[in-house]
Amino acid sequence: MLSAYLEIIRMRFLMMLAYRVNYYSGILIYALNIGSYYFVYKAIYGDQTVIGGLTLGQMTTYVAISWMGRAFYFNNLDREIATEIRDGSVAVQLIRPYNYVYVKMMQGLGEGIFRLVLFTTPGMIFIWLLLPIDLPTDPGLWAVYLVMLFFSFLINTQLNIITGLFAFFLENNEGLMRMKRVAVDLFSGLIIPISFFPGWSKTVMEWLPFQAITYLPSAVFTGKITGAEVFGKLGIQALWFFILIIPMYVLWSRSRTRLFVQGG
Amino acid sequence: MLAIDVHQLRKEFQVQQSRGGLKGAFQDLFRREYKHVTAVKDISFQIPKGEICGYIGENGAGKSTTIKMLTGILVPTSGEIKVNGYVPFKDREKFVSGIGVVFGQRSQLWWDIGVVESFQLLKKVYRVSEADYKQRLDELVDRLQLSELLSRPVRKLSLGQRMRCELAASLIHNPAILFLDEPTIGLDIVVKTEIREFLKSLNQRYETTILLTTHDLQDIEALCSRVIMLDDGRIIYDGGLQELKAKWGKGKEVVLQFEYPVTLPKLHELTQGLDVAWQLENELSAKVFIPYERANVSEVLSRVVGVLQIQDIKINETNTDDIVREIYKSGSAEVKQTEDTKQDEGVLTHA
Repeated sequence: MLSAYLEIIRMRFLMMLAYRVNYYSGILIYALNIGSYYFVYKAIYGDQTVIGGLTLGQMTTYVAISWMGRAFYFNNLDREIATEIRDGSVAVQLIRPYNYVYVKMMQGLGEGIFRLVLFTTPGMIFIWLLLPIDLPTDPGLWAVYLVMLFFSFLINTQLNIITGLFAFFLENNEGLMRMKRVAVDLFSGLIIPISFFPGWSKTVMEWLPFQAITYLPSAVFTGKITGAEVFGKLGIQALWFFILIIPMYVLWSRSRTRLFVQGG
Repeated sequence: MLAIDVHQLRKEFQVQQSRGGLKGAFQDLFRREYKHVTAVKDISFQIPKGEICGYIGENGAGKSTTIKMLTGILVPTSGEIKVNGYVPFKDREKFVSGIGVVFGQRSQLWWDIGVVESFQLLKKVYRVSEADYKQRLDELVDRLQLSELLSRPVRKLSLGQRMRCELAASLIHNPAILFLDEPTIGLDIVVKTEIREFLKSLNQRYETTILLTTHDLQDIEALCSRVIMLDDGRIIYDGGLQELKAKWGKGKEVVLQFEYPVTLPKLHELTQGLDVAWQLENELSAKVFIPYERANVSEVLSRVVGVLQIQDIKINETNTDDIVREIYKSGSAEVKQTEDTKQDEGVLTHA
């Protein structure tokens, strides 16, 4: 069965290749985002050396690595699932001897790997040449970061699948999907690092799964979080991964009886 | 051995109702109103292994819903289903490896990549061995003439080409049962014929059980020994196509071309005592309707041919389209009984 799932990853990879223009425009959008955030933060820092526990150098690295990480974990599975449910093509998925949720997860992974190899890596080199970014030299830190980035992918994908599966229960889950997207971008620390938020909201965010998507791996990578604390944060990611399996499973098994295929 | 065994199968849906007006819209915001719709109403039927069975009915009669329950996509509200030895919605993943499904209106191939890539993936999904896959693919490519299509992306195929690829895709794992939901929809007559031929030979070679829904009765005539007709979620006919024709076909129509001009009274005189209806098209041509069991064609012809010079004769059987249209219009068999005016359209269900 594994070979089938590997094949699905490969197919998604091929499909991404089939639409190369999306890929080029993607690079441009990410570069613009990183560039503009860099200049915004440069202006905010002004004469100050440290804000929210990050130096300007760390902040620049944080912005770059967060966006590049996003390139890997981001996918549109929520929208894909919702569309498949709404137009009834989910029926085709159900006549195959595989698990729909796993397949979606693998498709997301195929997309992620595509962007990691052909997008994040060249993009990172490009940005590294343009902006003053300090990349860590410790290979151990790189390894930990990659593991954490993989958990970012898992958690973000789980949230996407959960949001997508709501299409079984809501006639239109467009609003929900938008809400999730904003929540992920804002509360994950992509736009503003969690440490910049005022006290009470920081506490709230530490209880939400979103920080595990961007903030934790990026903070570890930039050296904001170090030592034994790193493994604590990795634990938080793992914990969220296991917790999110529950709603995903419940939604999927309940949706089987809810399903009615629209449009004949 | 039964391939499909269905008992008292029922499917109900809850459909959201939108209330009209601004007030209704606000009410909907807080409390939705639902309407129960029963798409399939306690149907039972059995299909033995190796049979090709047609499943027909008007739009919205519940055909697709039934197929979706039989393939494990939908969970029935009540009743029992056993297909290929499995309860479809329970052991879905195990069950679907033994069936093939083609939805005429949905593609199961991956839109953006080459056809052969889709086949490769299906081979892995269904865990078909390399040797089996090769042999199977060669055969399918040969029979469905796919060799030129294999490397093309699916979005660049015409509908007919795509449908042939869909069929091949559903057969890569050599399923025991094949479900076809309107496989010939939108296809031209050449492709339709090819697909029918292919299905027939598939059935003969591998004893594949085939259940197909269609609106094209020629599909049924070409392929099926048996039809199940559905109306408003109930089975209104289950039996052979010939019997259906015999029961519902009202008679034959004969068109005659004469050598010399004829008149209606002359024709009536010739067939006196026979319960037939003449209609004069022009002075050289006439139509006669001969109802089943009340008159027979040879009797009528012998009387006419003996007296008048005939140039051409054409016998029109009531075609299945007409029959089925008639049945759809009249609805269930029970309604028919109460009407009681047309005796030749008696009770139909003999499931």
